[in-house]
Amino acid sequence: MPDALLTLSGVHTHIGQYHILQGVDLVVPRGGLSVLLGRNGAGKTTTLRTIMGLWQASAGSIVFDGRDISKMTTPDIAQAGIAYVPESMAVFSELTVRENMLLAARNGPLDQARVDWICGFFPALKKFWHYPAGKLSGGQKQMVAIGRALAEPRKLLLVDEPTKGLAPAIIHSLIAAFAELKASDTTILLVEQNFNVVKTLGDTVAVMDDGRVVHAGAMADLAGDPALQQRLLGLALDSHQ
Amino acid sequence: MTTTVLPATAALPPAKRDLAPLLLVPALLLLMVPLVGSLPTWLTLTVAGLAMGMMIFLMASGLTLVFGLMDVLNFGHGAFVAVGAYAATLVLIPMHGWLEADSLLQNLAVLALAMGMAMLVTAILGWAFERIIIMPVYGQHLKQILITMGGMIVAEQLINVIWGADQIPLPLPASLRGSIVLGEAAIEKYRLLAVVVGLLVFALMMLVLNRSKIGLLIRAGVENREMVEALGYRVRRLFVAVFAAGSALAGLGGMMWGLYKETLSASMGSEVMVMVFIVIIIGGLGSVGGCFIGALLMALVANYAGFLAPKLALVSNIVLMIGVLLWRPAGLYAASRH
Repeated sequence: MPDALLTLSGVHTHIGQYHILQGVDLVVPRGGLSVLLGRNGAGKTTTLRTIMGLWQASAGSIVFDGRDISKMTTPDIAQAGIAYVPESMAVFSELTVRENMLLAARNGPLDQARVDWICGFFPALKKFWHYPAGKLSGGQKQMVAIGRALAEPRKLLLVDEPTKGLAPAIIHSLIAAFAELKASDTTILLVEQNFNVVKTLGDTVAVMDDGRVVHAGAMADLAGDPALQQRLLGLALDSHQ
Repeated sequence: MTTTVLPATAALPPAKRDLAPLLLVPALLLLMVPLVGSLPTWLTLTVAGLAMGMMIFLMASGLTLVFGLMDVLNFGHGAFVAVGAYAATLVLIPMHGWLEADSLLQNLAVLALAMGMAMLVTAILGWAFERIIIMPVYGQHLKQILITMGGMIVAEQLINVIWGADQIPLPLPASLRGSIVLGEAAIEKYRLLAVVVGLLVFALMMLVLNRSKIGLLIRAGVENREMVEALGYRVRRLFVAVFAAGSALAGLGGMMWGLYKETLSASMGSEVMVMVFIVIIIGGLGSVGGCFIGALLMALVANYAGFLAPKLALVSNIVLMIGVLLWRPAGLYAASRH
């Protein structure tokens, strides 16, 4: 069993008067792909945003690579080695693809070898290198967002619903890209609603409901147990089959 | 390393540049030639409008960046305009002899020093203003409006305490008095200087915004501050730097405006704020390019209207703003914001 790169223990998050995360316990092992599943409003995005410090945890601890990051600022958390791809993708639409990547290279100029490596996953990036990111399609923007997160070596990649709203062909390509990223020893925590997208991809899985992790274990166990899937993911699963 | 080949992507048409707002200024200039009727008069009005527009741009450019990047409604921006003009007198009055010298070089040297002083003092003031007045009210627009207006009132009163309540005459340098006569058109020399300074500042800003990493960060921060932080940058530091730079530009604009009016008063900042706000609304909040075009449009329209229909001159700015907003409700170049 690999050691934990990220551990959330009893994490609570309040947004205004709302108590969103209500004691999240989550372990992300080093070097694999972990999946966070759950219905809309279960707290998956809030969990990622809390890890990134975009919303502060009101209680609990978040330990990343041996350091408690729960009170750190977002830039410090990013500098500690966590990259984040939000659900909205948040590409800078006024900037070209190149400029988006350039910003992500915080510690100097873009490493050409790394750019070539990223463009290996997403050849479209090269094609639109000097094109304003805002003019790209949803799938292309997602590639920019993921490519940007990979522009510098990071220990952990947080990706929030990367397949949402994308065409099936693009989804298959993204899945293949994640599989290769996983093979390259990048640790990934992937939030997803569509179980079928991630059931062959994930090493571990956690299922959230009402601001808590209600199940955690190996993805293979969940993928091989339809009754457990039905109990944890309910009717939502049927619609994805 | 193996690679994943994505499905072939349909070729995109070339990225189109939004040129329509850029055409407004030349279109207005051409339209006014027959309406004004006389080419020398048109030339005089045009140069006067361009000079005024450049000075307003200097004053407004910092404010539009501050709003775009920091989402701060700084109604106290006029304080930097006034303080910049008064700070310049710390150089202009003691070096009065150089101003009166019959040497363009000496005149420009003292003006450059005064510009430096105005920008330095207002940059420091801007830094303090952000720390003391703005920082406690980030994200609270109503409080921002109230406290920054209060800050401007305090600044005006401090100017009265330090420099006195009387207006201070500020004569132009000897070499910049009078006009250059081109045929039958008379063009004031100082207005030409204002156009040159405005163009230089605009070019420098565009260079920084488009060709440097700091510029990329500012443009990205205007669009999505949160994502810039998630990339590992401390946006707070960028905020303070932009606020100080914006204040310095307002100080420079204030000095240029004071010399243009040849007199200083503590309320000069609050008097120009209406024009400044119209310009940044026309241009699109957060857009330096839009601010530049908006300032030129507003000043040119005000000058032409003053000549063609003096009774309409007072409302020409509002009419222009309404027209632009009906065409583009978010301004000429609306910055994408999340």
